[in-house]
Amino acid sequence: MTLTKAELADLLFEKVGLNKREAKDMVESFFEEIRVQLESGESVKLSGFGNFQLRDKPQRPGRNPKTGEEIPITARRVVTFHPSQKLKSAVEKTYHGKPHA
Amino acid sequence: MTRSDLIARLAERYPQLLAKDAELAVKVVLDTMAGTLARGGRIEIRGFGSFALNFRPPRVGRNPKSGDKVHVPAKYVPHFKAGKELRERVDYPLP
Repeated sequence: MTLTKAELADLLFEKVGLNKREAKDMVESFFEEIRVQLESGESVKLSGFGNFQLRDKPQRPGRNPKTGEEIPITARRVVTFHPSQKLKSAVEKTYHGKPHA
Repeated sequence: MTRSDLIARLAERYPQLLAKDAELAVKVVLDTMAGTLARGGRIEIRGFGSFALNFRPPRVGRNPKSGDKVHVPAKYVPHFKAGKELRERVDYPLP
């Protein structure tokens, strides 16, 4: 069971009453607005779901796992996601230690 | 940017829609995403990233105040992995 943009667009069509074209565009815009914000260096806080934050990582030593050759991993900015308490407990409640497929 | 900022931006992008449609759209998308994870599913958004669950085995923790041992049961936690486009767009511009 994997949720994709296509299923989200179908739901916007069914539940919000957008036409197919609008629904598809809306899903695309939803994620694009978040990307634009993160790209500009700002975090995104979606209450009830979680926060997307940026983290600046300094350069660190690494190596090519194939050749063993040492190469530095360059400094970079990465996105981290912190699920809200609500999302964490929803996930925990359903799968309380039970392994699932 | 907060959830209400996101709603406002989407409403601005789609002036032909009612403001409450943008609000409902954001609610439907986020509730569906949260519901999928709560049911043990995963989410894959091309160009943005994927959400999946990571397993945390049971462990013995400590109450930091009293020092008592407490059993922490196994659980799943949501995990996000940024997709290629998002990763490249947030990283520093190339020198």
